[in-house]
Amino acid sequence: MEMIKKGAEADLYLADFSSVLHAGKSGKVVLKLRVPKRYRIREIDSWLRKQRTSLEAKLMIDAKKAGVPTPTVLEVRPDDASIVMSFCEGKQLKKVLDKLPAKKRRQICRKIGRYIARLHLSGIVHGDLTTSNIILERNGRLVLIDFGLGDYDSSVEARGVDLHLLRRALESVHFRIADEAYRLVVREYRRTFGKGAAEIIRRAEEISKRGRYVAREERAWR
Amino acid sequence: MICLGIEGTAHTFGVGIADHRGRILANRWKTYVPESGGIHPREAAQFHAEHAGDVIQEAIEKAGISPSEIDLIAFSQGPGLGPVLRTAATAARVLSAWLNVPIVGVNHCVAHVEIGRLTGKVKDPVTIYVSGGNTQIIAFNSGRYRVFGETLDIPLGNCLDVFARKIGLPHPGGPKVEELAERGRKYLRLPYAVKGMDMSFSGLLSEALKLVKRGETPEDVAYSLQETAFAAVVEVAERALAHTEKSEVLLTGGVAANRRLREMLRSMAEDHGARFTVPPDEFCQDNGAMIAWTGLLAYRSGWRQKLEETQVRQRWRTDEVEITWR
Repeated sequence: MEMIKKGAEADLYLADFSSVLHAGKSGKVVLKLRVPKRYRIREIDSWLRKQRTSLEAKLMIDAKKAGVPTPTVLEVRPDDASIVMSFCEGKQLKKVLDKLPAKKRRQICRKIGRYIARLHLSGIVHGDLTTSNIILERNGRLVLIDFGLGDYDSSVEARGVDLHLLRRALESVHFRIADEAYRLVVREYRRTFGKGAAEIIRRAEEISKRGRYVAREERAWR
Repeated sequence: MICLGIEGTAHTFGVGIADHRGRILANRWKTYVPESGGIHPREAAQFHAEHAGDVIQEAIEKAGISPSEIDLIAFSQGPGLGPVLRTAATAARVLSAWLNVPIVGVNHCVAHVEIGRLTGKVKDPVTIYVSGGNTQIIAFNSGRYRVFGETLDIPLGNCLDVFARKIGLPHPGGPKVEELAERGRKYLRLPYAVKGMDMSFSGLLSEALKLVKRGETPEDVAYSLQETAFAAVVEVAERALAHTEKSEVLLTGGVAANRRLREMLRSMAEDHGARFTVPPDEFCQDNGAMIAWTGLLAYRSGWRQKLEETQVRQRWRTDEVEITWR
């Protein structure tokens, strides 16, 4: 197994299907493992890791049901705080968005807006929407990954934070195209979400002005 | 350059004197203790007004200076309780007019971070500021102290104080809860609330009180309350540390005195190869020295205030302040 990401809460490994799932199939899978924290007592630590593992898997499955591509959950082991999921072969949107032809880029932005709206309409917030957490597969499919900070939350505030975080990510990493990109995301979001979208978009503006969320320099930290 | 700083945002009326090299010449205070219940803003303000003169005089004597050597007056302009803030501001305006020296209003939360950096000897920490009035995880980024996470409802210190009071412990409740918790053995499940980067303690408090009513021992409940609340604070601090990639962790505010919280933060910091510091107690609690020192930093980096700009700001946010000295 090869570690592909070490974060504050969980580690990610790339592994062979057969070695993790003891099945005859071949191919790559991702193992997400929530690591124990020695600063908190065992009772809290194991309960939290277990509960968050279940929640994350459930969010991914529900997102998929809502029409938002996510890695396929292959197995959940709450007691080990681990999730085995399919490996999405492609590139982080962060690394390619600026280089894409304008037409393709605009199409992707609209798709992101549609996906966020679909998540929100089914009561889900992603909680960490950045272009590092969106994978562009070779066949053009967009996949949303890392629901580790996600939740079932239908409040205007939580939805506003989702839009706000995406905007921050666009502004800090893709500043050349950020304005247009966010405009397209929001326009499509409004179209798909329907009634109530205006309030959420306004809230996202307000959150940006509060100035409490830092422009994220994209890092694999979680 | 010598600055006299006046702190008055909640219980404590504090006066500190510092010079521009970071020497603290005096740090005196007087603390209002309510006869029953929580803080009554007007009573606190009255208490501060009654003792202001004495505390100022004490500080000047302790510093061994004459009033004419004071070059600058600083005061806590916010955030805090309105009547209390206005009392401190009035004292500051009077002193500034009498001595004919400039006045600067500083942000109370920023002052906690600055005195922590000075006396805790750290340069650029992730700060965990936990007190009866505030709960914030703060880190410096492009010109401001950014709030990475904060409480969505009541502050951590308030959660502990109210718990203590409701189960019949005398003020100040924090240290009493800590003593109880040390004797607790059984962990009782309490709601754990980290939402994104924010924390919530009010649900935790009411559940803990219910457990006591239901007959669980105060020791076990205090233990469970501390473990649950602190785990949330440390988790948010850890996220901020990993995100900002800073290498220092600073704990300050009244709750910084808690040994268990220190222990948890130290072990988290160690796991990330970061240095952990807590300033001496007198600079963790609300104090005048932090106001004096931050006033100096602000003034020397160009801050100037007209008298009419010294109105108090009850809800002045940490991240609204432009940090011109970093």
